Amino acid sequence: MLLVPCPNCGPRNATDMNYRGEAHSRPDPDAATKEEWRTYLYLRDNPSGWLRENWYCSSGCRRHFQLERHTLTGELRNPPLPGRKTAGA
Amino acid sequence: MGKSSKLARYSAAGLFWRGIRKQSWPRVWRQPAMKSTYDVVIIGGGVHGLATAFYLASNHGINDVAVVDKAYLGSGGSGRNTAIVRSNYLTPEGVAFYDRSLDLYNSMSADLNINVMFSERGHLTLAHTDSALRTMNWRAEVNKLQDINSSLIAPEEIKKLAPSLDISTDTRYPILGALYHPPGGTIRHDAVVWGYARAADSHGVDLHQQTEVLDILCEGGEGPEGKGAGGRVIGVRTNQGDIHAPVVVNCTAGWASQLSNMAGVRLPITTHPLQAAVTEPTKTFLPTVVVSGSLHVYVSQTDRGELVFGASVDPVATYDQRGTLQFTEELAGHVLELMPGLSKMRLMRQWAGLCDMTPDYSPVMGPTQVDGYFVDVGWGTYGFKAGPVSGEQMAASVANNNLPELIAPFALSRFTEGVLVGEKGAAAVGH
Repeated sequence: MLLVPCPNCGPRNATDMNYRGEAHSRPDPDAATKEEWRTYLYLRDNPSGWLRENWYCSSGCRRHFQLERHTLTGELRNPPLPGRKTAGA
Repeated sequence: MGKSSKLARYSAAGLFWRGIRKQSWPRVWRQPAMKSTYDVVIIGGGVHGLATAFYLASNHGINDVAVVDKAYLGSGGSGRNTAIVRSNYLTPEGVAFYDRSLDLYNSMSADLNINVMFSERGHLTLAHTDSALRTMNWRAEVNKLQDINSSLIAPEEIKKLAPSLDISTDTRYPILGALYHPPGGTIRHDAVVWGYARAADSHGVDLHQQTEVLDILCEGGEGPEGKGAGGRVIGVRTNQGDIHAPVVVNCTAGWASQLSNMAGVRLPITTHPLQAAVTEPTKTFLPTVVVSGSLHVYVSQTDRGELVFGASVDPVATYDQRGTLQFTEELAGHVLELMPGLSKMRLMRQWAGLCDMTPDYSPVMGPTQVDGYFVDVGWGTYGFKAGPVSGEQMAASVANNNLPELIAPFALSRFTEGVLVGEKGAAAVGH
């Protein structure tokens, strides 16, 4: 099982977490065009390789953080960064 | 165009004749040399790619077609699914589409002259909660409106159809009812792949295995190297050389995003693995397909007596196709919840396949913003049962360069227009 290093709780099983997917910068809802907003909502790079992604420590500290994970090998690199789900990438 | 091969027809008399004369069977499809130009290149040699090639040749007379696959035919989701077919979906768009697929599966053995072992054994989707019961009722009503044989049945009737299920009421997940869909069943998925490959080959389609697409070549687009919106496709670069083609169709399921990014078309897709497992063979005791959405499991028994289990997709996006112990543990718990009598049964093996999940659990089909680049992707966990109709409709889409009515709801543009086709209620686990 994937061991996810939460910046607050330390390494926890992935089942303790909530996976929130690719990290993208959120456009300003007041200024964004329809296309920009839909792109942010739906379109994904979905790489087979390194990916910066959002996690939510749902059974622990209940904070969001970001990880860099390799989507083919499951390796992690760089320490996790604190972040909010709505924060920029 | 490719030279049509002489098709050796399969029949009982032929089998007998070859048996007594000790004749061997000819190669099922040719291994042609790759040409530098084709009218259409289809990426992905699974059910979807091969069916598209077959219907392009047979329905539209376009047989200068190459199907390229980076491994062998049927090596992806087509050979890894749990081979269940049904059409009891939730939205009218979904029901009409999958029902056409079931029609094509019904006549496939005769149409393609290959035994696909279609077993119309009935399909039960169990409800363990009041809300699940309401969704099943809703699905039954939507289905009846569209003339699909589908109804809600009580636990006593379920017990008659599948006696091994535990319908007692003192369990953690009591069985309160089920959506019963008699036309659902199972089919031999490899035979479907081979049938389409053989039929497409006999119509002159070139099948190139071990041919990996490294880049999709475009010109005139707004992005780098002429890719992206406003451009058009001019061919593909493979590890066996370049192919010039005005039309490229992406049928690569789990790898769809990677291929599509090569054409500068981003997709609303994330790739998640789905795991499945099979037990040792026993005497047949389970006559129907049984699905439980709440318990994330579906099960059917093969003709050899093995139980085939599938689950929902793993929650974390990955291209890794290894099985996990977590899956086996959860699966065993859930299956024993339904059928306690299986506690001594041993699992033989488990595997994973990649699913290209869309936000609304419906596929993405048809033309894109790059002229000549078509997609047939976003097939998530329901791609196999839609294979024949997708091939038929994608062939029509490519031949006429438009979006046929049956697949119009599944256009890529639905995400910009905000008109999603929410099938999660019937597609998330229900197989």
